[in-house]
Amino acid sequence: MLSPYSMLSPYGRQGCYGADMSANSKKGTHILPLRLYLGIGIALLILTAATVTISQIPLGPYNLVVAMCIATIKALLVAFFFMHLWFDNKFYLVIFGTAIAFLGIFVILTMFDTMRRGDIYQEVAQPIQPEAVIYEKAAPDTTRDHDTTRALPSEHE
Amino acid sequence: MELTIPVHNYLREPKGIKSWLLTTDHKRVAILYLISVLVSFLAGGIFALLIRLELIGPGADLMTADTYNKLFTLHGAVMIFLFLIPATPAVLGNFVLPLMIGAKDVAFPRLNLASWYIYFFGSIFAVVSIYLGGVDTGWTFYTPYSTQSTTSVIPMTLGIFILGFSSIFTGLNFIVTVHKLRAPGMTWFRMPLMVWALYATAVIQVLATPVLAITLLLLILERLFDIGIFDPLMGGDPILFQHFFWFYSHPAVYIMILPGMGIISELISVFSHRKIFGYKFIAFSSLAIAFLGFLVWGHHMFVSGQSEFASMIFSLLTFLVAIPSGVKIFNWLATMYKGSITFETPMLYALSFLLLFALGGLTGIFLGALATDVHLHDTYFVVAHFHYVMVGGAVMALLGGIHYWWPKMFGRMYNMFWSSVAAVIIFIGFNVTFFPQFLLGMRGMPRRYFMYQPQFQSLHDISSLGAFLMGIGFVIVAIVLFSSFFKGRIAGANPWGAATLEWTNTTSPPGTHNFETTPEVTHGPYDFDKVTNQST
Amino acid sequence: MTAHPATYRRDLLEHYSDPSQQRDSAKLGMWIFLLTEILFFGGLFCAYAIYRAWNPDIFYNAHKSLDLHLGALNTVVLICSSVTMALAIRSIQLDRVKAGIGFLFATLSLAAVFLVVKFFEYSHKFHLGQLPGKFYTYAGIKGTNPHLFFSVYFSMTGLHALHVIAGMTAISWMIYRASRKHFSAQYYTPVELTGMYWHLVDMVWIFLFPLLYLVG
Repeated sequence: MLSPYSMLSPYGRQGCYGADMSANSKKGTHILPLRLYLGIGIALLILTAATVTISQIPLGPYNLVVAMCIATIKALLVAFFFMHLWFDNKFYLVIFGTAIAFLGIFVILTMFDTMRRGDIYQEVAQPIQPEAVIYEKAAPDTTRDHDTTRALPSEHE
Repeated sequence: MELTIPVHNYLREPKGIKSWLLTTDHKRVAILYLISVLVSFLAGGIFALLIRLELIGPGADLMTADTYNKLFTLHGAVMIFLFLIPATPAVLGNFVLPLMIGAKDVAFPRLNLASWYIYFFGSIFAVVSIYLGGVDTGWTFYTPYSTQSTTSVIPMTLGIFILGFSSIFTGLNFIVTVHKLRAPGMTWFRMPLMVWALYATAVIQVLATPVLAITLLLLILERLFDIGIFDPLMGGDPILFQHFFWFYSHPAVYIMILPGMGIISELISVFSHRKIFGYKFIAFSSLAIAFLGFLVWGHHMFVSGQSEFASMIFSLLTFLVAIPSGVKIFNWLATMYKGSITFETPMLYALSFLLLFALGGLTGIFLGALATDVHLHDTYFVVAHFHYVMVGGAVMALLGGIHYWWPKMFGRMYNMFWSSVAAVIIFIGFNVTFFPQFLLGMRGMPRRYFMYQPQFQSLHDISSLGAFLMGIGFVIVAIVLFSSFFKGRIAGANPWGAATLEWTNTTSPPGTHNFETTPEVTHGPYDFDKVTNQST
Repeated sequence: MTAHPATYRRDLLEHYSDPSQQRDSAKLGMWIFLLTEILFFGGLFCAYAIYRAWNPDIFYNAHKSLDLHLGALNTVVLICSSVTMALAIRSIQLDRVKAGIGFLFATLSLAAVFLVVKFFEYSHKFHLGQLPGKFYTYAGIKGTNPHLFFSVYFSMTGLHALHVIAGMTAISWMIYRASRKHFSAQYYTPVELTGMYWHLVDMVWIFLFPLLYLVG
């Protein structure tokens, strides 16, 4: 098994370029037993059946929670065993975790916006103040399409 | 001792254009990128000068409003996606990263070449878009206008989508290179700070760019098939586009500035002839900027309709992200203190960076405060802020880096007097162009406006004058560097007396395989006392 | 990509010092690429989360028009394809390249089954007019903007299907190379990388299935 620090150490187990001391290039290439792969496969199928069955039971908002938990377990089984994350260099786990973490940041911070609109202030369009500076000048030639020097009709409530 | 250009160097062998177009040598890929990126900079610069020309008078002087809209869109898109994002990592990063860590090449040399071809291919789409009349949505492509505009949005966004992959592959390559290909003795904390900066940039590139990809893909689908995801009439949300877009584009600005900060670390240390102060602080601050940069994107959206709750959180996080940048500035200043400072051209650019980036970064904090931003959003204050950090910061650093590594890349020095003159002209021109824009913004001049009220004219005229002055400066830089090929004196391996591996262990220019023997690293990157100085 | 036999990729590339360094670098590079894929799909998951949170009723009503059995079948198919993919790599690790090719073919066939099922699902929707955005014409779902669900559904499953096709292309290329004896117990990195990609495609579907087909 590769040392978890071999991602941080630059030159594997050797000293320097050209010194080929790795007579054991197969070392670290763990070959998992057939039973493990088949076992994980069966577990995944069982979990699929479970999630379908549970989704038929009305649990309100917990349907989503349960479904996501089961999906997460399935995904972790695929990642840890089929993709060898459990056995390989721990740095690959860091990469995988980083991806999930930043995806989480994206979704959560965006939903801080989308779920909390109008929470603090009522969103009402305010009329533009007729005393604003830009409406003071009366230079009709320099404007293109429409006459912007005309003040907006006041919308006092 | 007579200095000579080594016979066997990466420029001369292998020979032939096919060997360049099929190269796997990171140094040659860097040169390919250098040429492409300079062409893009020229295009973006011409767009800028046309904009400033139009803005000399308040009325419609030279062009229609639609043309103006297309010009500022193209200026932004070309400068950001075709110039700033690739430039420092793909040109200087590609050239120096393997050299600095003692590697023979990057981890995936063919992928490196593919990155360049993808860049080229993506740029073609951008050119096609320009040929078909350009885009007028602004480089930010905000919905709902971008889904309805009749201009050629799809070729441009498709081009940027493709360019994104170039960025991702470069970042991927650099991360693996730093992890796996360091020479014996090159521990993480003996790496030059340029490498730390490139590493942090690469992390941002791989994390953020895919979100840009999906954003542009959804925009294209919305235009083609009206899927309604950003259309309020169909239950969609146009602000969602902004979230998607800025989740990439804010970290993108850190992609643009972080490599520049890496360059500045090198320049300040070498030209103060003093070990960098606070190495670990600077190294970790690069990582901190990379991480915090992902948490602040909503500060571009304070007045978009985003919830006040989110705006408050983003504002607070924005203040946090300034801290690591401040750490760097203070460490650089401390490095200079009691150093033997010399004022060669690269140092002039580094000093410009210190001042201009400080101003730009500070004004970013002003914009990060919610109440201030309500007034300053979409004014020229924002334009001035980002030009201070992107031109005054990233471009100055890039110029400093090009002038610093030029002797290594091509074996020749350039005319130091004229290069310094150009640096001063660019510095003056830059400030004349953009400082008035802070004032314009404070006084209410909106950005992206084709015409304006007459009271803004004097500041606009000053700004346009500065733009042309800057242009002259860039032309002088080009002439000086180009003539170094013919008239430059031979540089030798280490003209600056630096202590990093690309200077101490390779020739100028380096051989194809970088090092004759694998370096064994025994000292840090800024231990100048361990380096025998070559007389310059 | 020409290569003369002496420096074919199965041998050590010039800038690496030993095969395990080269292999580790390749795996690290592939994990970083998978990171980018997670963020790429992640954008769509974010859009899904937002629109479902805003329109829970539409999502509930609209999802009923998805065929749960076909979705579950596709899930089973992809899980089995992940198993065969892992077994293909394992066979090559044990120098049983022929068995490896067999498992790769099995993976390819299961992927094709997945696409066929998806094709049937899509044509059924086209037939009924349950299409994204402005093309939506089906009248049988209660609530305003039911096409939102279908915009999200087609974007997510469509992008996923594109990745399945890309994966099938890569697997076919691996079958070709394996048949030309490029792989052995000493060198099988490309197959391993293809396997990693394929497992990611499976993982994305593992999440897509409950989110689209099993809305509570």
